[in-house]
Amino acid sequence: MKKPLTLSRVIRVSVTLCLCLLIVATASLFMGTAEISLSKLVGLVTGTLSPEDPAKLILLRIRLPRIALAAMVGFSLSLGGVVFQALLRNPLADPFILGVSSGAAFGAILGIFLGFTFTLGVPSLSFAGALLTVYLVLAIGSRRMGMESSSILLTGVIINAFFTAIIMFFISTSGDSRLHAMLYWLYGDLSQSRIGPLALLAPVVAVASAVLFGYAKDLNLLTAGEETAFQMGVDVEKTKRICLLTVSLMIGLTVSLSGLIGFVGLILPHLARMALGSDHRLLIPAASLGGAIFLIAADTLARTILSPSELPVGVITAFMGAPFFIFLLKTRGSQWSRS
Amino acid sequence: MEPILILKKVSFRYEDSWILKDIDLRTCEGEILGVLGPNGSGKSTLLRVMDGSLHPQQGEVLLGKRPLASLSRIDVARQIAMVAQENYFRFAFSVIEVVLMGRFPHLKRLQFEGERDVEIALNALRATSTLHLAQRSIHEISGGEKQRVLLARTLAQEPRAVLLDEPTSFLDLKHKREVFRLISSLSGERKLCVVLVSHDIDLIARYSHRIVMMKDGVILHLGSPEEVLSPENIEAVYECPVLVDTNPVTGKPRVSLGG
Repeated sequence: MKKPLTLSRVIRVSVTLCLCLLIVATASLFMGTAEISLSKLVGLVTGTLSPEDPAKLILLRIRLPRIALAAMVGFSLSLGGVVFQALLRNPLADPFILGVSSGAAFGAILGIFLGFTFTLGVPSLSFAGALLTVYLVLAIGSRRMGMESSSILLTGVIINAFFTAIIMFFISTSGDSRLHAMLYWLYGDLSQSRIGPLALLAPVVAVASAVLFGYAKDLNLLTAGEETAFQMGVDVEKTKRICLLTVSLMIGLTVSLSGLIGFVGLILPHLARMALGSDHRLLIPAASLGGAIFLIAADTLARTILSPSELPVGVITAFMGAPFFIFLLKTRGSQWSRS
Repeated sequence: MEPILILKKVSFRYEDSWILKDIDLRTCEGEILGVLGPNGSGKSTLLRVMDGSLHPQQGEVLLGKRPLASLSRIDVARQIAMVAQENYFRFAFSVIEVVLMGRFPHLKRLQFEGERDVEIALNALRATSTLHLAQRSIHEISGGEKQRVLLARTLAQEPRAVLLDEPTSFLDLKHKREVFRLISSLSGERKLCVVLVSHDIDLIARYSHRIVMMKDGVILHLGSPEEVLSPENIEAVYECPVLVDTNPVTGKPRVSLGG
């Protein structure tokens, strides 16, 4: 008989995925418009590469930060997706479902419109926009009796629509150069990665995953319904509040650095669930690491497929994600339509 | 017999309408208490007040000697288990995973289920004759099997009291009987206090030690099946004519529609 989940299985799966992540990231370092030989990489690691060698600049300043950003963004989006799907008991939920993305997009587009830089101005405004939506959704969606999933969802949809209207307004009134930047942002763009923001994102994602992993068992019970979870000992309101807030802050920061990269947060949770089952103690690390691997691969494709020019990575994820989404609806949809 | 759940002058209202009025009730270990009453009489609300999901505006619920409201959720869940009417699993958990969830209130936040927890879960599956389903998905089993699996989860929780809201409503006659027999034997063996809401008057009459009959949020009758299930009582509560005689096999009251 198959054994119930143990800590050692969670560790084994996580370590395996970490190794895969390392392999994919290393492979991605070699790919790009500029040819870089293995000997240069070895030279870089052993310190024998001359400091003026352009390969050093390309590897350390361009590719490495970008790969690191792709990994963290993929990790965070996928983690957010897993948790929101459980929390809202909605298999079609993704980390953007509460409208955090549209608030972040509104901030970013406003920043680009005002001519701010991508180093500080645009991400800051974007994060502020994300915080604003989180506040709005929780303030409007919460009732006296506590947070009810469907009213929070509905509030998210409405706020999404509202901000989308404002974004369209800015896009319609913008000139050519800014329009290009805006559209790239809206489709998810990792080419603006810098070391600085990464140093901020990394600890946030680390703390958020620790917190959310701590609530994994509570999330398992919540998928069986809030009333059942409550009766079995879960502090439902506290769990919802902490998880919603943690995910929203993490996603807000992520989106402000990466733009809107769709489908990662929807597909990877489902892939992980299909492969490993529904227990969130395994699902949370597996889906997150899977998201990191997936987004590095997708971004590598985005920057090499039309070399020397680039695609926004969101185009790749949506191109692969939309058919997958249809496949999910066709094969699993009947299971989800029951209430 | 040690009392487990005690309700003292409990009244509960949603907004302005009182759903429960002045309920006094004591339940003991090893006792099966059947709750009867027409739709909307407050039966489900009574269960939710008894497990602390709803807080009465007046009166008090005691769990043992302590007020239910003073206990943390996890403390309550170690002592009271409930199977609600609606049970739907959004994602595909296996049966053994579902039953192991019953161990939640006994584990620390980051603690995984150990050998002892697995043993308890397997025993619960054995007790409900569902061991063969352990690896199946909760989505793939029948309504009757699912009802028994939920009972197994309840047992894995190792509570002192079990509250069941219409546990047999989707079941055919054979499975109904099975579930009631199971409840009966468990309450005997494990000294469980069982509070059972159901519309199956005959089964309630057969297996309950005492019956509560409710209407409009008030307990109208409380006593042994023979005391409570008189034609006059049932006709007054359900507003339809009935015949009550004695089941020749069980010796318990038998209720049939009288026209």
